Amino acid sequence: MRRKTWRRQLLTLPPTGYLLLFFAVPSIIMLFASFRYAGEYGGLAPWYYYEAGEFSLDLTLENWQRLFESEIYLLLFLKSIGYALLTSLLCILLGYPLALMIARRPKRQRDLLLLLVILPFWSNFLVRIYAWMIIFSPAGALTQMVNGLLGLFGLGPVTLMYSTTAVIVTLVYVHLPFMVLPLYANLEKQSPALLDAAQDLGANSWRRFWHVTWPLSLPGIYAGSILVFIPVLGMFAIPDLLGGTDSIMIANVIKQQFVESRDWPFGSVLSMVMTVAAVLVVLLGARLARQGVARG
Amino acid sequence: MLEIKDVSRRFDSFVALDRVNLTIAAGEFFTLLGPSGCGKTTLLRMIAGFDQPDDGDILLDGRSLIATPPEQRPLHTIFQNYALFPHMTVAENIAFPLRMAGCAREEIAGRVARALEDVRLPDKGRHYPDALSGGQKQRIAIARALVNRPRLLLLDEPLSALDAKLREQMQLELITLQKEVGITFIYVTHDQGEALALSHRIAVMNGGHIVQVDEPSRLYGFPNSRFVADFIGHCNLLGGVVTAVQTGDATVELDGLGTVQTVIQPAAGVAVGRRCTLTLRPEKTHISTTLTPGEEAAHFRGVVHDMLYLGDVTVYKVELANGMIVEALLANSAPGRARFFEVGDAVEVAWRLDAGHLVME
Repeated sequence: MRRKTWRRQLLTLPPTGYLLLFFAVPSIIMLFASFRYAGEYGGLAPWYYYEAGEFSLDLTLENWQRLFESEIYLLLFLKSIGYALLTSLLCILLGYPLALMIARRPKRQRDLLLLLVILPFWSNFLVRIYAWMIIFSPAGALTQMVNGLLGLFGLGPVTLMYSTTAVIVTLVYVHLPFMVLPLYANLEKQSPALLDAAQDLGANSWRRFWHVTWPLSLPGIYAGSILVFIPVLGMFAIPDLLGGTDSIMIANVIKQQFVESRDWPFGSVLSMVMTVAAVLVVLLGARLARQGVARG
Repeated sequence: MLEIKDVSRRFDSFVALDRVNLTIAAGEFFTLLGPSGCGKTTLLRMIAGFDQPDDGDILLDGRSLIATPPEQRPLHTIFQNYALFPHMTVAENIAFPLRMAGCAREEIAGRVARALEDVRLPDKGRHYPDALSGGQKQRIAIARALVNRPRLLLLDEPLSALDAKLREQMQLELITLQKEVGITFIYVTHDQGEALALSHRIAVMNGGHIVQVDEPSRLYGFPNSRFVADFIGHCNLLGGVVTAVQTGDATVELDGLGTVQTVIQPAAGVAVGRRCTLTLRPEKTHISTTLTPGEEAAHFRGVVHDMLYLGDVTVYKVELANGMIVEALLANSAPGRARFFEVGDAVEVAWRLDAGHLVME
């Protein structure tokens, strides 16, 4: 028994070390930075002074106060969470039928279809964003088609580029595989005997889905939602390249603090808030998923 | 009640069922028995509606079931691994068919409670299936399938996942339950012992055909073919040729052994010159050290080749003059049992005139 726990600890050592090194330590550094002053030319000012044999700390709460001075940051956080939720929801709506369709195909087709789902990962992220810029451009096929359709109803032409619509569409496009893969993994291992049993006991195809497939797939949905929600929350490239002035997200502001404004401490404050929000979402999702797994 | 008429099913070039005909009576405990791949599960899935026959018809009370989807057939299936819904409590599982049928909430609660009592698990309603033992899951699956009183219950090797002791207990429970509810059971198994213990009638299947349909005791005592004799219980199969037929018995020249007399059944198709197999159950095959003239119709010398001590009985495998191994069963409780035989002992194998059963080839 003792040997077993000892071995288990040894096994968990690499992931624990990884988390400590790449999550806990940077977070602590950021937390610390959020209480420091910005350096004159960017970076951070020293956190203590040692003058005439006297040691004094030079830390401040100013950065955190600034967070609450203007409601703009809170609103930006809420808006980003809104974008992330909307993206997750759209990914569920689009990804669920796809994952289900793949999971119900014969084994050989499944592998090919899964490959197609992850194929975009083989090209560079920015290249794919630029591809969308072409699609959304005023002369692009999508814009032409949308305006053609609108024209039929006598509605004015619209621009898709530099809009919230473009941002959401691209966020969904980029993150869809993160929803499809865990959902597929879940749906694929669901026992077909359960559907037979449900049908045998009087459930038509809609009720089989609603009473069996759907509740059993909830852990997959939670897992996929976490995988979509968190990167979207921290996304700045897509709003930067495809968004207008009204579609910036909190990560754009964080990036601004570190790059343009050279205000690392305030950037750290915003980062900390976002990290805490992300951790809370993970905890919630993991809890929900575990409940599902315990029964599934 | 249930009629299976000329049902055939092919998968590509493989014939899973070849013009199968069966009639199952109301209230019967009917078993489809056969080795894997014999078509029994295909037939069961067709009755349930999960598969469609290429030819033929399945009738319930004279009406064809073919066009009715599984969810609308008045029958339920017990699946091999129970197929309980893991995300629902036991009570929710049992309520499922009632909900699908649109029963009122209060009625559902009452019937679920009664169903749980019927399977003697009244306090398990709030548990999830994962928290149940194999036997309990089995009972819940049965409760779920019987709660809305189907006309037929199909059972697909339901006991195969249980250990031997529990299986025997569940067999007894199934017999009692079937008697109580009076619903027709169609049971699929490859386990001949289980089939004999449970069924009113058994259809032995092989290669997509029904070989024999009969009551367990008749199937065991009077198999209609070498296959059935071999598949049901243990059996010595002695090949030979019929040399003479008299009223009530026949003379058979057994390959490499000699002539024996044996009782024949009327209408068994016994005719002089035909090849046949004398099927002889080990418990009707006697062995002894000395020749015991009298009732025995056949005597052959042999040597004990192997023996299996099973506690209640001992199985002796005796090698006969023609190199054939014959099994003989000796009850260890037999009064005045002189002694055990040992491997290598020269013995006399004998059986009575009516011990064997002759099947034609």
